[in-house]
Amino acid sequence: MDQLDTPHVPVELTPWDRVQLARHPQRPHSLDYIFALCEDFVELHGDRRFGDDAAIVGGMASFGNRTVMVIGHQKGNDTRENMKRNFGMPHPEGYRKAQRLMRHAEKFGIPVLCFVDTPAADPNKESEERGQGNAIAESIQLMTVLKTPIVVTVIGEGGSGGALALSVGDRILMQENSIYSVASPEATASILWRDAARAPDAARALKLTAQDLYALEIIDEIIPEVPGGAHTDRLATMATVGKRIAAHLEDVCALDLEILMRQRYDKYRRIGHYEEQQSFAGRGFL
Amino acid sequence: MKEFFRRTKKSFPADQSSEQAQIPDDLWVKCSSCRELIYRKELNDNLKVCPKCGHHMRMSAREWIGLLDVGSFSETDAHLLPTDPLGFVTPDEAYADKLKKSQHRTGLADAVLAGVGSIDGLWMALAVGDFAFMGSSMGSVYGEKMSRAAERGAELGIPLLTINTSGGARQQEGVIALMQMAKVTMALSRLAEARQPHIAILVDPCYGGVTASYPSVADVIIAEPGANIGFAGKRLIEQIMRQKLPAGFQTSEFMLNHGMIDMVTPRGELRDVLARLLQHYRRQSPPMEEGDDGMEATDATPIYVHGRV
Ligand SMILES: [Zn+2]
Repeated sequence: MDQLDTPHVPVELTPWDRVQLARHPQRPHSLDYIFALCEDFVELHGDRRFGDDAAIVGGMASFGNRTVMVIGHQKGNDTRENMKRNFGMPHPEGYRKAQRLMRHAEKFGIPVLCFVDTPAADPNKESEERGQGNAIAESIQLMTVLKTPIVVTVIGEGGSGGALALSVGDRILMQENSIYSVASPEATASILWRDAARAPDAARALKLTAQDLYALEIIDEIIPEVPGGAHTDRLATMATVGKRIAAHLEDVCALDLEILMRQRYDKYRRIGHYEEQQSFAGRGFL
Repeated sequence: MKEFFRRTKKSFPADQSSEQAQIPDDLWVKCSSCRELIYRKELNDNLKVCPKCGHHMRMSAREWIGLLDVGSFSETDAHLLPTDPLGFVTPDEAYADKLKKSQHRTGLADAVLAGVGSIDGLWMALAVGDFAFMGSSMGSVYGEKMSRAAERGAELGIPLLTINTSGGARQQEGVIALMQMAKVTMALSRLAEARQPHIAILVDPCYGGVTASYPSVADVIIAEPGANIGFAGKRLIEQIMRQKLPAGFQTSEFMLNHGMIDMVTPRGELRDVLARLLQHYRRQSPPMEEGDDGMEATDATPIYVHGRV
C-alpha cells in the first residue's frame, strides 16, 4: 500500500506533538536509512586524532547508481545502544570524523548525504576540553566550501549547533514530523519562561517544525510521513525519503560545480530578517 | 546622514556595565574583582583594566573603538534594524518590546557595531559585539553586520578584526538565528578567497553559537586574560555531570592550554600585538586595484586610499 495516496487524516498536530514524534525511539535512525536505501555500505571510523565517536556514523555506499558518502547522527533504538551512541550527541571527535569523511568525498568527487538527528552536541567537560566549539565551527566552515554536492535530510531532531554542524548543504529536506531548533524547547522554556514544563509553549514560539521552516524559507522541502508518524510504518517512510533524496541529488549533481558553490553561498547569505533604513531619523531611541 | 553620525557619536551612552557599582557622582568605580575603589578617569585611561588587580572589566562596543587610531573609525551599516520575524512572545515580554527597551537602554540598534578603522595606520574592517544589548546574542542583524564586515574586508583587500562576546544564538529569532552561524562563516569564505586574515578577539563572556562558529575558525584567535569562553554553559555541564567543575574551567587560559586559541593577551598589549600581526599580513598581501574599493560613497566612507594610508 502506498501510504502517500491515503487521504490525509485531518488531525491537527501541535508543535509539541511533533517534538514527541521527532524524538520517538522507534523512529528510523541514520543507520536504518543507510541500510534501507543504500547498498555496499562501508563504514569508516575515527577522526585520526583522538577516537571514534559512535554518535556519528559515516561511510561510502551505493545510492541508486551513485557512490555517496553518507554521514549521520546516530541515536540508539534502546537504552543500551543509546548509552553507546551517547543518545546521538556527538563529541568533538565525531564532528572531526565527519570532516575527514567530507574531505575524502571531495577528494574523490563523491556527493555527500547527511542525516540529521541529534538533541544537541555533547555538553560535557571532556567535550569542552577537546574543543566542542572549534569542532562544530570547523564542520560548518568545511561545509560552506566543500566542493561536492551536499544533500541534508533532517530525520528526527535538529538540535542547535550540534545539528547545524552536519547540515550546511545545497538542499535541506525535513520530514513532516521532524524538528529543527536553535535550542531545545525545554532549554528555551527554562530560560525565557523560567519553567522547563512550559516546553510546549516554547516549542510553538520557536517555530521549529518543518512547516514553519518551509514557510520561513530555511528548508527546501517537507517530506511527508505516514499518518501517525514515521515509526508507524518505517519501511514506507524510508522509501519516501529515499525517493526525495534521489530527486534532489540528481538536481544538484547536474549542476556545474561553480554554479553549485555560488548557489550554496547565496542560499545561506540571504538568511536573516532585518530592516534597512537610510537613517535612524525619527526612530527616537537614540 | 552626516547629521546622524554626529548625533550618534555625541549621544554615546554612559557605560551600562553591571560590573560597576554606581557610586555617588560617578567619579569612583568599584572593581568587581578586588572591591577596591578606582578613580573613573584612571580606569578609563587604563582601558577599563583595574589598576589594582588587573581585572578586565567589560567594555561597550563604542569603548572598544578606543583600540583604534584616534579618529580612524567610521561606522558602517548603522541603519540595520532588528525585526521580530517569528512574532516571539513569552508571558514576561514580547521580543519586539524587548528590542525597543534594549535600544532605549543602550542607544544601539542591535548588538554589533561595525565599521572600518586603523591601528598604526593599517586599515581593517571591524565588527564588535556589545554584551549590554541582549547579551550580544546573535540574531539577523548581528549575522548580517558580521557578514558584511567580512565581505567588506574581501572587497577592500583589508583584514577583518572581530571582537566577540556573546551568550550565543538569539533564541527569539529561532532557526533564523542559528543559521547566522552558517551565514557569517559563508561570508568569511570570501575573505579567505581574497587572502585577507580574520583576527578574532574573544572577550568575557563568549558562549554557544558564537564560540561554535566564525571566531573559532579565525586565522588568529586572541583571548583576554580570565575571560569565560566555552560552548555549553557551566551550569548546564554541572547539572548533567552532577559535579562541580574545577576552578579555571572554560577560561582563556584553559582554552590556550587545550590548544584552542593562539594567545592570551592583556588588553593593554592588544594594540601592539595587532599592529605586529597586521604588519606581517600587509607585507604579504597584493596591492589593491585602483578605484576598486567597493565602498558606497556615504559619510560612513573612511578617509583612506585603497585600503592603505
Ligand atoms: Zn580590581
